[in-house]
Amino acid sequence: MLENFSFRTIVEYLPLFGQGLVTTVWLSALSFLGALAVGIVLCAMNLQRGWLFRAPAKAYIDAVRATPLLAQLYFLYFGLPRLGFVLPELVVGILALSLNSGAYVAEIIRAGILSIPRGQVEASVASGMTYVQRMRLVILPQAFKVTIPPLLGQAIVLVKDSALLSLISVAELTRAGQLLASDRFMPAEGFLTIAAFYLLLYYGLKGLAALSGRWLGTAGART
Amino acid sequence: MIWQQLQSLAGSYPLALRGLGMTVVLSLISLVLGTLLGFGLGILRTGGNRLVGSVIGAWVDLIRGTPFLVQIFLIFFILPELGIELDAFTAGIIALTNLAACFICEIVAAGIRSVPTGQVEAALASGLSRWHRMRQVVLPQAMRIVLPPLVGQYVLLIKDSSVVSAIGLTDLTRVGWLVVQRVPNGLLVFFLVGVGYFIVCYPLIMLARRLERRMGAAHGEVQL
Repeated sequence: MLENFSFRTIVEYLPLFGQGLVTTVWLSALSFLGALAVGIVLCAMNLQRGWLFRAPAKAYIDAVRATPLLAQLYFLYFGLPRLGFVLPELVVGILALSLNSGAYVAEIIRAGILSIPRGQVEASVASGMTYVQRMRLVILPQAFKVTIPPLLGQAIVLVKDSALLSLISVAELTRAGQLLASDRFMPAEGFLTIAAFYLLLYYGLKGLAALSGRWLGTAGART
Repeated sequence: MIWQQLQSLAGSYPLALRGLGMTVVLSLISLVLGTLLGFGLGILRTGGNRLVGSVIGAWVDLIRGTPFLVQIFLIFFILPELGIELDAFTAGIIALTNLAACFICEIVAAGIRSVPTGQVEAALASGLSRWHRMRQVVLPQAMRIVLPPLVGQYVLLIKDSSVVSAIGLTDLTRVGWLVVQRVPNGLLVFFLVGVGYFIVCYPLIMLARRLERRMGAAHGEVQL
């Protein structure tokens, strides 16, 4: 039973958990920025008329969506050194998260752009707007509204996915729990504590998604 | 060099098949159990009892708010401390079933809520029992909303099953990890692992897309 659950050990390890939490937060934030960049490029490719750009973007998105993140992570972790790129685990992890989430972000942005009624596009064409003007003044401002809530949903997924980086020994939150579990043989203390920290992040982001939904006048995020 | 590696890889195909088998068996068992449990929870959640509904909602939030890896560790390392002995396979099934049930519960609840109240009232007025109301009026209409994300959820479940390799189950991902220790070509090994998952997941993704288009069309929504 858990009668000797030790809060004292948790307090003793609190600095380690704190470091782990901070690492999880900033590496997730960085990966999310990376995912946005990857997603925007993929989405732009995917919306082209010719197959030359579209086909590779579609293939990439399908390949990422049909395989687990852990296999993608190992692919980069064991594969990059083979290509001559010996990178720190942390960098490999951020790269894997960005490339993985980027595929989902691309689909979210695409859905946002396609949600603009066709008549609006036609109207802007009829008003003599160029492609860039049309995108900048008509489509993107409206699409932005629709994409924010699902993007925050993706951010929640990304934070949770970042736990997998502990398996390539990146010193983030889950790793801190594993250390406590193996150093002191206290899995309950270790894993329950990190679960609580993840819940903190989850409710924070969820609250943000609800707020943004209210600001933008759209329904809340589906997380 | 590459030839030798290919030979060595070909030699480990029984292991790869076992890994793929483990992935499929794990996913299939927890998919069936998770679907049954998820439908039950979803119906209970919308059933009208406030207390039951909010307890289920809180549990679903706990599961959705924590990484699956952490859930597996909790189940695998803490249940034994509570006196419940279990092996890695059982722990994996429990974790995956619980995860699937929680997500499916939300999908089913959303589907049930989408059925217009007039339909339920009409069923009530016709004197249908609770069970018949659910089975013959609400669920068939809810399925239209439920089906596409349900299939999508199965894809997520198969992919999440890769995480059980962390507690030592020899699934497809674990096989890749074992083979790469002997054949030092991570690109090739994990490309093949990816192909294995792709073969299982891609047809389901296609099915989900088709269902989405069909159900959308049935709704009279025009997709641009």
